[in-house]
Amino acid sequence: MKRKLVLVGNGMAGVRCIEEILKLNREAFEITIFGSEPHPNYNRILLSKVLQGDTSIDEITLNSWEWYEQNGIRLFAGETVTDIDHEEQLVRTDRGRVVEYDELILATGSNPFILPVPGADLPGVTAFRDIQDCERMIEYAKTYKKAAVIGGGLLGLEAARGLLNLGMDVDVIHIFDYLMERQLDPTASKLLQRELEKQGMNFLLRKETAELFGNGRVEGVRFKDGTSIAADLVVMAVGIRPNVDLARRSGIAVNRGIIVNDYLETNVPHIYAVGECAEHRGVVYGLVAPLYEQGKVLAQVICGRKGKSYEGSVVSTQLKVSGVDVFSAGEFMDGEGTESIKLYDEARSVYKKVVVREGKIVGAVLFGDTSEGRKLLDMIQRGDSLEALSLSLLAPASSGGKESLVATMADTDVVCGCNGVTKGAICQAIAEHGLKTVAEVRDYTNASRSCGGCKGLVAELLEHMLGEEVNRYTVKETICGCTNLSREEVIAAIKEKRLMTVKEVMSVLGWKKEEGCSKCRPALNYYLGMLYPGEYDEEVESLFVNERLHANIQADGTYSVVPRMYGGVTTAEQLRKIADVAEKYNVPMIKLTGGQRIDLLGVKKEDLPRIWADLGMPSGYAYAKALRTVKTCVGKQFCRFGTQDSTGLGIRMEQTFERLKTPHKVKMAVSACPRNCAESGIKDVGVVGVEGGWEIYVGGNGGTHLRAADLLCTVKTEEEVMEMTGAFLQYYRESAHYLERTSKWVERVGLEHIREVLFDVEMRRALLERLHKALSATKDPWREIVENERLQQTLFCDLGDKEPVPVE
Amino acid sequence: MMRVKVGTIEQLPKRLGKCVHIGVLELALFRTQDDRVYAVENRCPHKGGDLSQGIVSGEYVFCPLHDWKICLRDGQAQAPDEGCVKTYRATVEDGCVYVELQETGE
Ligand SMILES: Cc1cc2nc3c(=O)[nH]c(=O)nc-3n(C[C@H](O)[C@H](O)[C@H](O)COP(=O)(O)OP(=O)(O)OC[C@H]3O[C@@H](n4cnc5c(N)ncnc54)[C@H](O)[C@@H]3O)c2cc1C
Ligand code: SF4
Ligand code: FES
Repeated sequence: MKRKLVLVGNGMAGVRCIEEILKLNREAFEITIFGSEPHPNYNRILLSKVLQGDTSIDEITLNSWEWYEQNGIRLFAGETVTDIDHEEQLVRTDRGRVVEYDELILATGSNPFILPVPGADLPGVTAFRDIQDCERMIEYAKTYKKAAVIGGGLLGLEAARGLLNLGMDVDVIHIFDYLMERQLDPTASKLLQRELEKQGMNFLLRKETAELFGNGRVEGVRFKDGTSIAADLVVMAVGIRPNVDLARRSGIAVNRGIIVNDYLETNVPHIYAVGECAEHRGVVYGLVAPLYEQGKVLAQVICGRKGKSYEGSVVSTQLKVSGVDVFSAGEFMDGEGTESIKLYDEARSVYKKVVVREGKIVGAVLFGDTSEGRKLLDMIQRGDSLEALSLSLLAPASSGGKESLVATMADTDVVCGCNGVTKGAICQAIAEHGLKTVAEVRDYTNASRSCGGCKGLVAELLEHMLGEEVNRYTVKETICGCTNLSREEVIAAIKEKRLMTVKEVMSVLGWKKEEGCSKCRPALNYYLGMLYPGEYDEEVESLFVNERLHANIQADGTYSVVPRMYGGVTTAEQLRKIADVAEKYNVPMIKLTGGQRIDLLGVKKEDLPRIWADLGMPSGYAYAKALRTVKTCVGKQFCRFGTQDSTGLGIRMEQTFERLKTPHKVKMAVSACPRNCAESGIKDVGVVGVEGGWEIYVGGNGGTHLRAADLLCTVKTEEEVMEMTGAFLQYYRESAHYLERTSKWVERVGLEHIREVLFDVEMRRALLERLHKALSATKDPWREIVENERLQQTLFCDLGDKEPVPVE
Repeated sequence: MMRVKVGTIEQLPKRLGKCVHIGVLELALFRTQDDRVYAVENRCPHKGGDLSQGIVSGEYVFCPLHDWKICLRDGQAQAPDEGCVKTYRATVEDGCVYVELQETGE
């Protein structure tokens, strides 16, 4: 049964979190969303643009009604949740609906703050928060002329710009003596004021509102100093308050916002909060970038993959008023312990300031030329030192000649702050999908989907990429030249369309060469076998000769045979058998392998089945992409240093995991003490006995790319060694590319990630379950062939010798 | 010219090579997915790999030793590799497979 997930608040943070959850696990939840507003999820940020006439309301929808439907989400729009019963785990709404939940997310956003002055409730007074407010202003502008905006912050100025565009006269009233005091220093603020005045705004600074007056509807604003102005429309943009009423009423801990920990959990189990309504480490954020970061973390928590925690965000601001470029981030005011580097070009109205504390860049303000804002934000977030600041950053924007900024950005630099999209990710998408427009980039990567502030950069990047740059980004790694699809895409398609044979995969997925090649055929064979254990029959024609004939082909066309000897332990009887076989078939060389087994070299192909039959031993898989050997030291039983029974554990591991197919060969070793006589440090999985437990190492390799293994974990019992090793092998089976050794794979996906997966009890259990299913479907290939006359005929018999006799 | 009967079509599984010795010659025989039959010298031009054991795809075989790709029609190794194996005409009549050996004159 699916778990029930309920989201209260159909806004930007909540729905983004749902999108992240769907990405992690489409199937886990039955999702219900409540939203007070009658619309599907829309881009609140762009209301400013709607008011300014650059965009229409229809265009700011983020997720359409169809999206909810396609994802099986029940949406109750225009319905408000009034009550949470966390004992019974259910919510009630103003329409009397009752819905149960297993997990509940609160994303109720915030309410605009309305000044508690007389007249604040008069018609003609509005906030600027939602579509309704926006429509109201547009409606008003049709009949009335004079507008007053209370609040000279970001929102107030964007509203004022919109009202100007709608043809109104606009007074902006601000209580401080300079604008955007929470984002700008006085210098930048004065420049901003000058610019906006040029555009036609009128400022009333250091004015405190006393009352709004009017007969029937608002007619003006009176200030504490006794003066007053006339106004037909008053927009209050003096701040927001986290919307915590519902939470407070339901007994959830609330301060300014709903208090959450680093995993967005409230004090009530199974209830989480995300977005503007949440208070994290004492901070409430009012911008989407941090809210999206929170959403990502929460999605993992809800899907039971608690990984990275949320540590808070450095925020930056940009004003969405055309013709005015301002940017600020981090600590932007000069103060105790800070120094700053400034550039002030009054003539051109360009101002740049970078604030430094203890040699590290901690904040910045830009006015007039904000193109480097993103880069500075990255530097602040990384805590770069002053040296990293290139001089060009502080040079005045000259006309041309300046190297394109995007070219100097690193792949890891973020281009779209709202959605956290890096330059590398965008370039990759452009290269891979041949994107040509900003809109396409938005659809593939989410970059510029929110505030749109990075559109310019994206466009520049596109232009740049369509030139020579495109070649630098490896178009995704396809399986081979026969397809444009990557391994991940192929596997997803196999699962989704339930493709069952190599041929089906190739024809359904449009392989360029009908029969594929020596790269994709063995790979597909492996993937199908991994996905459908017990159900999929390997296609012999798609196997490399070693695995088809279950012996290693040698340079001269002969084969070598290595019977299984668990843990490298053998008996007199086995040795005698091997010796007899070697004599009977004139085996030219008998050699001990590096993995402590006996190799019979120089065997003729057609002798193989008979040799196996005579040996009566299981295949040692010395030829396979599978577990080869588990090398062991003598251990506690005989060695004076041994702390553990390494031989016993090695045998157990080999017996458990033998015949398991893997993307590449897998070697293991068990040593009984850190002297490491079995060389566990350079094996795919190496186990080292220590006093009271075992250390497990992974990703080692003694081959072409010598690599020391990483310590995965230390465990107490043999049982745990078996579990961890099994889960590790299965995860490797599922996520590595075919022919990728664990050493490469560990480096590619990262040890931390592997730990996250393996240490998650649920995931480990699931991995082991799939592993055992795969193991239970295996049979010893030598025996199968020995018992199957037809297989011997097709695979091992030649057509025999013919005399060259003339026929005609 | 000589024509040698090497076996029946049943003895040739699709896309799996078979080796046949004719006097001193060692040939690799292939039956493709669409039932054409090819015969080539069973020695890879690279280091003599046993072509009869390679993976067959369409009209090509991939050598099992170092993955050279050899065309079964004309014996050419595919770029970037260079080299050629001898090819022989193979025919099927009444379910029997024949190989034609060119008289290698003086
Ligand atoms: C005009 C404007 C311009 C902005 N510009 C920018 C910008 O340039 N850059 C930037 O980063 N940010 C900007 N923001 C801020 C940004 O829009 C918000 O930070 C973001 O939308 C907050 O997301 P949220 O999901 O927390 O809240 P919201 O998007 O407000 O969503 C909360 C939703 O919950 C609903 N709700 C509340 N209580 C209940 C209940 N009990 N039952 C059902 N539903 C309920 C509400 O109706 C609301 O729709 C701007 C905001 C505005 C208003
Ligand atoms: S690893 Fe330790 S226990 Fe094992 S043989 Fe070497 S010294 Fe002895
Ligand atoms: S011998 Fe055929 S590729 Fe090397």
